[in-house]
Amino acid sequence: MEAIVQQFFNVEIMAKALPLVLTGLWTTLLICIVVVPIGLVGGVLVATASLSPRATLRRMVKLLADIFRALPPLVLLIMVYSGLPFAGIRLPPLAAVSIAFFLNNSAYYGEIFRAGIESVPPGQWEAAHSTGLSATQTFLWVVLPQGVRNVLPDLVSNTIEVVKLTSLASVVSMPEMLYSADMARSLTFNASPIVLAAAIYLALLWPAVRFVSRLEHTVSR
Amino acid sequence: MRPSDPIIDIRGVYKRFGTVEVLKGVDLAVAPRELVFLIGPSGAGKSTLLRCCNRLEEPDDGSIWFDGVELLSDKTDINAMRRRIGMVFQSFNLYPHMTALGNVTLALRRVLRKPRDEAEAMGLAALRRVGLAEKSKSYPSELSGGQQQRVAIARALVLEPKMVLFDEPTSALDPELVGSVLAVMRDLRESGMTMLVVSHEMRFAREAADRIVFMDHGTILEQGPPEQIFTAATHERTRAFMAEVVR
Amino acid sequence: MEHFLDTFFKPAIMASTWPAIAKGMLVTIEIAILVVITGLALGLFLALLRTLRYRLLDLLIILFVDFFRALPPLVAVLLIYFGLPNIGINLPSFAVLWLVLSLVLAAFAEEIFWAGILSVRRGQWEAARSTGLGAGQTLAFVVLPQAIRLAVPPLTNRTIAIIKNTALGSVIGVPEIINNATTAVSFLGNATPLVMGALAYLILFAPIIAFGAWIERRFAWRRS
Repeated sequence: MEAIVQQFFNVEIMAKALPLVLTGLWTTLLICIVVVPIGLVGGVLVATASLSPRATLRRMVKLLADIFRALPPLVLLIMVYSGLPFAGIRLPPLAAVSIAFFLNNSAYYGEIFRAGIESVPPGQWEAAHSTGLSATQTFLWVVLPQGVRNVLPDLVSNTIEVVKLTSLASVVSMPEMLYSADMARSLTFNASPIVLAAAIYLALLWPAVRFVSRLEHTVSR
Repeated sequence: MRPSDPIIDIRGVYKRFGTVEVLKGVDLAVAPRELVFLIGPSGAGKSTLLRCCNRLEEPDDGSIWFDGVELLSDKTDINAMRRRIGMVFQSFNLYPHMTALGNVTLALRRVLRKPRDEAEAMGLAALRRVGLAEKSKSYPSELSGGQQQRVAIARALVLEPKMVLFDEPTSALDPELVGSVLAVMRDLRESGMTMLVVSHEMRFAREAADRIVFMDHGTILEQGPPEQIFTAATHERTRAFMAEVVR
Repeated sequence: MEHFLDTFFKPAIMASTWPAIAKGMLVTIEIAILVVITGLALGLFLALLRTLRYRLLDLLIILFVDFFRALPPLVAVLLIYFGLPNIGINLPSFAVLWLVLSLVLAAFAEEIFWAGILSVRRGQWEAARSTGLGAGQTLAFVVLPQAIRLAVPPLTNRTIAIIKNTALGSVIGVPEIINNATTAVSFLGNATPLVMGALAYLILFAPIIAFGAWIERRFAWRRS
């Protein structure tokens, strides 16, 4: 028991590692601020394309989305970060992370947005058109808001996944929170810095997880 | 228990939901072979009283004697008692993942532990009694509302209960399907089953009930044979309700 | 173009590395199967525990579930892999990966099963109890069969998402696909193994995803 506290809950070491971990937290948040919006926008684009009347566009987008949903995000990240240099493209870690996550997230968000858009009754489109709104206006002001509300639990849930995904950036040596915590671990031979990072992740994400849980239990009637 | 003792004897039952008192000291006894109709405005407590009879609702006070056993006592094996009181629900509540026969025989097999052949034979007999033997292999989703409710009645009957509780059995049915269910209920009455029915089917009440009980605001205001309640009710409220309800 | 093909699709390298990639696929499949079995079993068990309605137990389960839903799996993997040896517990990396992913799947699965159980209409409980079935029997024969069918669509999606995390094993040395691929890449100075690794994942997951879709079609009920 003593040993467990010493190895995992060593407050002294946590205190020493805190500055490093907090710097890592900044980077984590930076990645989130970049990756979440472009993922959302990408998702809306993918959803729109997958509902396009043009069959070839639909099929191509579906194929690409399926591929990027089937590939584990870590694999995608490694391919972009380690593979592209072989083609002469050397990307800084943030760019590699952004591209890999954009591809993965757009596919997932796209699926969610598509389900949301499809869940809006056709009558809404008809009503909007009959009052003179164009297709784009209808989409932006009538359909999308309703669609989003219908799939809100899934959107929040996926966004939680995206925030968790940022920890993968540590694998390509980006100094986000897990990387920093792990570095502190290797310097101190003690796992407490990682416990500290875990606690911060939990503080960040637990409210959102609770929120989704509550939504899931009320929405599913 | 003597042959003339009531099958079910409800005494002084109180039930509260939060701050609302839904049952305020109700006394009701149902004799063997009687068909008792519970009527009254919504919120009168009729369904709640019915559901207290098999402890789907737990009364806050009072006693309910069924077949010589105090239902509300801690020592009572409620599962064993529930086999002897059948219940038919407004929304049928058939198990969607089982066939009609499966629905009817589940309790026979799992609770009474009857072997499969015996259970299926009893189940088919019950389905035959409600006129649905040929639908034994159908799933609830393949049956009409009236058929589903009749299967639900078979499910209650197959356990050979001493009495059957009906909670608005036809309220969720399309009008043209109501008749088939009422016919089964009429048959049941003919065969001597004791029945306690909450329903708005006034014509059925008039022709089939032995006694009509009028409830309002958690108490029994008046009770008596159909003719009395329909034409010569003593309470003002009873007369007002009957006037509203009878076309 | 020549150079591109040579860098990413060199046949000679494809031939020489494909055994390693295939071995990686086997490892990935092994872990995936184990994780699915233990994760789903534990998740269902926890959901069943919640039907007992003991407040303390409920709270503990909720804490466990929230924890593994909020924590990035890689954090848990590194924590256990590097931390346990220092207190005397030496788990092979395969076991660490299996343990973490099972717990994560169990957490998500519990929520999904529990939501399924809650979705079964109260009338089903009442009808079953009114025929004398006990609480346990009602759960086993009436409620769970319905709850599980309701749980199938979200469960298949979530399970597939979680077993993709087997790739995390590469970080702690599990010889799965991407690990073997990157080893080959640095050894050979050519990106072809990476492409093969990606293809291996696609080959592996395409049937899994199709299988998931089949299970959905066959067994799932949608809420009407």
